[in-house]
Amino acid sequence: MALAATSVFILFLFAALFGPLVAPYDHTAQDAAQRLQGPSPAHLMGTDNFGRDVFSRVLVGTQGVFYLGGAGTFLAAVLGTALGLIAGYAGRLWDEAIMRVLDVLLAFPALLLAMVLLSTVGPSDINLILVITILYIPMFARIARSMVLDLRTREFVEAARLRGESRRYILFGEMLPNAVAPLLVEASIRFAYSIFLVASLGFLGLGVAPPSPDWGRQVNDARTFFDVAPWMLLFPAAAISALVISTSLMADGLRRVFDPSVEGRRR
Amino acid sequence: MRGFIARRLAFVVLTALLSSMVVFAATNVLPGDVATMILGREASEQAKDELRSQLGLDKPLVVQYGHWLGNMAKGDWGDSLSTGQDVRSVALQRLRNSAMLALVAFLMYVPLGIFLGVVAAWRRDSPLDQVISTGSLAFIGLPEFVTGVLLIALFSRALGWLPASSAIDPGSGFFTAFPSLILPALTVSLTSLAYVVRMTRASTADVLQTDYVRTARLKGLSTPSILFRHVLRNSLLPTVTVVAAGVGWLMGGLIVTESVFNYPGLGRLVLFAIQRRDLPLIQATTILIVVIFVLANLVADIVYALLNPRIRYR
Repeated sequence: MALAATSVFILFLFAALFGPLVAPYDHTAQDAAQRLQGPSPAHLMGTDNFGRDVFSRVLVGTQGVFYLGGAGTFLAAVLGTALGLIAGYAGRLWDEAIMRVLDVLLAFPALLLAMVLLSTVGPSDINLILVITILYIPMFARIARSMVLDLRTREFVEAARLRGESRRYILFGEMLPNAVAPLLVEASIRFAYSIFLVASLGFLGLGVAPPSPDWGRQVNDARTFFDVAPWMLLFPAAAISALVISTSLMADGLRRVFDPSVEGRRR
Repeated sequence: MRGFIARRLAFVVLTALLSSMVVFAATNVLPGDVATMILGREASEQAKDELRSQLGLDKPLVVQYGHWLGNMAKGDWGDSLSTGQDVRSVALQRLRNSAMLALVAFLMYVPLGIFLGVVAAWRRDSPLDQVISTGSLAFIGLPEFVTGVLLIALFSRALGWLPASSAIDPGSGFFTAFPSLILPALTVSLTSLAYVVRMTRASTADVLQTDYVRTARLKGLSTPSILFRHVLRNSLLPTVTVVAAGVGWLMGGLIVTESVFNYPGLGRLVLFAIQRRDLPLIQATTILIVVIFVLANLVADIVYALLNPRIRYR
């Protein structure tokens, strides 16, 4: 199952990397004569109300999802891990200060916080990435912190401390490598959520501005035409679902590989 | 126990305060001058200045925050900039509508989720379990606006059973609104259902492996007796937490679902406020949601602690 999911994920990754190169049409090219055409060999997924090729738009849309979600998740992983390591190792005061502030971020439903922040700074690629980063920092920080608290009494850490290693070396050289697996699992789960989030924001009209082919906005735009041109809606919707589902199945598989306690319980 | 609740409550108050600061700060750097927004671009500078001092906008931000927080606490949430209505009465009415929707959703996904989770755990690794487990994971991956749009396509356009739009009169009673509640409730349910199924399955599978369940089986107890008297009592503990915490998750899901169905709830009100840059409305609705979210998590913690005597009250 996880293997099939991973292949679907890789397929999407290729679409993101090479989509614009292999797209049969320019995703913004309008063709009034070809409006609302059903799927055909010329237009695999039909055309939209401006005569634009839906297949090309879905293909190019992949790029935005990977770019925004990927960059946001990556930044959150780096910053969150750093904050969590500091919180876990730098003493009670830092721990309390950092974790309480992050708890406040967790007190907001993710979508709501994203909406409020985006309405403040305005929707752009960079802002979307930063909002995703802010939203996901707490999760990574919690994991990194609990790893530190768990590892700090272990013998190999104790030994490094007795050797007189610097604090930075102990944190990044001794502890971080042990935290990589759970952090990687978390990153894949967060990436799946970020696709969800970006698509939802796009649907609500708070995502990246047109004419960039955002999947969520494509679905919203297509609602009016559902009776005459259901393909306009179904294909981007299917793309979102397939990518989110394959990513979360992949994350589930990763978790089972890395987390022996879950593995042991399952089989 | 009392100390535990007191500490958690203090934490809730602290979180609510800090998040109100976040909301206030975020909304106060919103581009656009409030005085210009209210009076229009043609208004004279003098009139704008007067309005600013009338609204307290010329004072330092900290003073403004204190003033605003005091008013919120007193129940004076201001007037909406875009509709002129009293924010408090609109927000509370929409909250009631969202609560009706959430209630219907709850009644759909909680019993069904527990049932499917227990079945999957009982028949673990069977094809049935595979279907339930993988299916639930797939539902987690479906955004609400996709399920919502597909449900509309199926149940109202193709079959014509239920209304496609849930734009009811905001003041409608529960039974008048009920037909319009089914599809949106179903939409929010699917995601939450998946979480309940997965949690119930995992914890039930754990409990089924304990010695006391084996003893009960060896004693020759009937399946329902084992399930209800020995297994569920222990295995539903984590599910309770997921269900209570799910209230918060619902609040997020409602923003999207309510706008798909045009349902006059709190979620759509937030979106409306943000689209119109309606500051008092954004502030009130956002804080209302945060408070509900935090309280739901508090209830989840307390219920969990009450049900599980083994947990240490930190």
